[in-house]
Amino acid sequence: MRWFVALVLAVAAPAIAQDTMPPAPYAYQQLANPQLEAKAEGLMGTLRCLTCQGQSIADSDASMAGDMRSEIRQRIAAGESPEHIRQWLIGRYGEYISYKPQVTRTTWPLFVVPVLLLLLAVLIAARRLRRRA
Amino acid sequence: MSGVRWSLWVLAAFAALLGLFALQLSRPKDDTVPSTMVGKTIPAFDLPAATAQNPGLSSADLTNGQPHLLNVFASWCVPCAAEAPQLAELQREGAPLVGVAVRDQADDLAAFYQQYGDPFSRVGADKVSQLQFLIGSSGVPEIYVVDGHGVIRHQHIGMVRPEDIPDLLSRLKGARG
Amino acid sequence: MIAEFGLAALWLAAALAALQLIAAVLGQRKGGETLALLVRPAAVAQALLCGLAFLMLLWVFARTDLSVLLVAENSNAQSPLIFKIAGAWGNHEGSMLLWVTIMAAAGGLIALIERRLPERTMSATLGAQAFVTFGFYTFILFASNPFNRLASAPQGGGLNPLLQDPGLAFHPPTLYCGYVGLSIAFSFAVGALLTRQVTPEFARVMRPWILGAWIFLTIGITAGSYWSYYELGWGGWWFWDPVENASLMPWLAATALFHSVSVLASRDALRTWTIMLGVVAFSMSMIGTFLVRSGILTSVHAFAVDPTRGMFILVLLAINIGGALALFAVRAGTIAEGERFSALSREGALVINNVTLSAVLGIVLLGTLYPLVTEAFGVRVSVGPPYFNPVSAIFVFPMLVVLAVGPLLRWRGDRLARIKTPAIAVAAVGLAALLALWLIAGIAFLELLGLTLAAVVAVAAFLPLRGRSLKRLPLPVWGMCVAHFGIAVALFGMSVDSAFTVETLTAASVGQTIDVGPWKVRLDAVEPVAGPNWTALSGRLSASYHGGAEHELTPMSRTFWAPPQTTSESALLTRWNGQLYTVIGEGTPDGRWQLRLWWKPFVTCIWLGGFLIALGGFLALVGRVSVDVRRRVATRKIAARRAEMAAV
Repeated sequence: MRWFVALVLAVAAPAIAQDTMPPAPYAYQQLANPQLEAKAEGLMGTLRCLTCQGQSIADSDASMAGDMRSEIRQRIAAGESPEHIRQWLIGRYGEYISYKPQVTRTTWPLFVVPVLLLLLAVLIAARRLRRRA
Repeated sequence: MSGVRWSLWVLAAFAALLGLFALQLSRPKDDTVPSTMVGKTIPAFDLPAATAQNPGLSSADLTNGQPHLLNVFASWCVPCAAEAPQLAELQREGAPLVGVAVRDQADDLAAFYQQYGDPFSRVGADKVSQLQFLIGSSGVPEIYVVDGHGVIRHQHIGMVRPEDIPDLLSRLKGARG
Repeated sequence: MIAEFGLAALWLAAALAALQLIAAVLGQRKGGETLALLVRPAAVAQALLCGLAFLMLLWVFARTDLSVLLVAENSNAQSPLIFKIAGAWGNHEGSMLLWVTIMAAAGGLIALIERRLPERTMSATLGAQAFVTFGFYTFILFASNPFNRLASAPQGGGLNPLLQDPGLAFHPPTLYCGYVGLSIAFSFAVGALLTRQVTPEFARVMRPWILGAWIFLTIGITAGSYWSYYELGWGGWWFWDPVENASLMPWLAATALFHSVSVLASRDALRTWTIMLGVVAFSMSMIGTFLVRSGILTSVHAFAVDPTRGMFILVLLAINIGGALALFAVRAGTIAEGERFSALSREGALVINNVTLSAVLGIVLLGTLYPLVTEAFGVRVSVGPPYFNPVSAIFVFPMLVVLAVGPLLRWRGDRLARIKTPAIAVAAVGLAALLALWLIAGIAFLELLGLTLAAVVAVAAFLPLRGRSLKRLPLPVWGMCVAHFGIAVALFGMSVDSAFTVETLTAASVGQTIDVGPWKVRLDAVEPVAGPNWTALSGRLSASYHGGAEHELTPMSRTFWAPPQTTSESALLTRWNGQLYTVIGEGTPDGRWQLRLWWKPFVTCIWLGGFLIALGGFLALVGRVSVDVRRRVATRKIAARRAEMAAV
């Protein structure tokens, strides 16, 4: 029975646990410079919220997502490039955090298969269409 | 027409798909996001004290030659309260415990200590999850084994259950050597 | 008693499905014709019994009979009646019963009215339908019984607050009609394969079902997208989430299918290809259901998660689709190739449509499942919009170019010279749009291309009307034009939203005015509000467009107590040229309120386009069915007259 209680606690925690802290400074506040804000938003829309189920940090009310937005806006304001920040986060959480897969040892089929599909599509279309009436 | 041949390809692809589904169904879904900082040195940080009860925590405190258990927790997190007896047990076994309180208020934390005890020698306040991002922590509670040079040796995600204690102690011992 | 009554009806329905299957199988043999006569009545009776079982479930939900486990877990006496009833299918068991009810009803309907195909093919089709339905009956009766009783009556959990929304209450049934309609196409394909009757007649019989399913899928996806747009509170309308993709994949397959079935119906070409797509379309429905129900993928729209149920659906998937594919492999060689056509012809354009849609389907499937593949090797990756958007565009954009020209071509073969004028006109529109956009608006490549193609397709959609009498134009042609125009409208909305949305996030104090694009928004007050099963903080906003009249908006932050959860209720203001989207969040320690404001120009075009696409499908469906009915009446009249003549 005890494991069951523990399991319920662990599962229920995200729903119940809500901290009382105010959000981080830039969680719900934009950067004054629209170009920098656009950069930050472009990046935030492609990072995964780690405490949610399949949402980007740009679309989440989870406090950790808010903290990450704040961190990203501050880094962008300090002149860091979005891709640099993405790499920094991948260095901590692995590729899971980024919705933008890169060509690596584990993800190359994601890029090879579309090329194959393209070739296959051209091939099928060509074969179908060559047989003239 | 090569209809038969390509339909065999489709059949094979479908079988592979079923295999994949069956494999994924047959094992429990792992929803944790492990840190990729395990094996790397903890970056420099300096957190202020979370309450008046313990001093704050900085990276210098983790590079004094002695290994530590670094617990990432919060007073608002239910499993963090549930793991309190196990942390007390670890402390009795002589494990040097330091804590990081995530997004927490001093008052709430003081009340939390009152109710569940305070096994930590130092507790830093991580008001905007900054340390969490530094060490690749994705939630609370998590416990890290950090060796005397500040290298993260192990990450335990979720609450510490009684059966996890021996493992953590032996990893702590391993970090000494 | 009502629950037991429903369960009994369900068991009987399952037994009738078994009877229907056995009669159909034995009826295929020589001398089994008398047995085959049982198939149609069994299908009708099965549909009635299953419908009865579903009504019983609605009944226990409407009365909040808490002694039924499912009601106790998913309903609450305090919920409004509409959500009590919607609660019947807002859970795994109830939604599976709804699924099989629609499936049985569709089977019963074809058994009742469809008389055009050879009787042997019909009975094979109904047998296939019984086989698929029977699998779902066993699943429900053994692994997801909605009528289970509870020992002691508890409080009632209530429908997930996010689902307590009229739009969402009718979203799943719409999608199920689509999924299940594809099961009819699947059964027809299997029946045609079994009896080797892949004919234009078969295509004509199957076409309304595909069209119907496709209309429901289109509406379901469009409505689901709008729902997540206003309900999740961040103004996003598509995130390539696994559950979203699960509904998109059958739609892609169905779109390809009804284009190829048209070729088969009018030109007796693309026989094997149509059969294959019929199997693929339903397999996408089942794979989608599997992905959503088994919980093996992480999604924001996560459903009931249970590995044993997942295993059950997987077995059904393996038997149904694996069986059909194996049958296809055996029989494909024996289906004679259909009529031939030249590359430059209507058929040629439709082949390109089919091939590109299939490629997009392949990419969505790959991107959705790839995280599962790497998880099998212990690595977790995420695939999201930055992958799906450009990669699918590689295929979709050329397809849209073909879409602009294809409907102008004649069947069998055509000459370029004949369509030179309209083709040049379309190209000129495209070039002009591209240049204008490039010079005026500094927008990204994909949006630029999207807007250009939207202009091209919008103009090209109505070119097939050129030189034809609008009065005598058949409805399906109107349907095609409207649907193609809908694609242009939706693409326009998507591109504009992605290129020109203005966002303002701020903490505002009461009385403060905030700028968002052309709007000035003032926070007038924040007040507490109480609802039937929630309390909320409601913000009162006054918004004026370019200094014009003020409009009031009241976004809320709702707290539900059964189950406890907080949701943001956005408030939207719609103008002809876009929507103002407002959300109120938490208060800050210094007494201000978090506001999220968006001005989204022409965003409504996305869903307007979706509904135009569905409307186009509806026109085509009405056109086809009315022709069928007219033909049927005519044959009956001829037969009657002949009988009269004979009598005389």
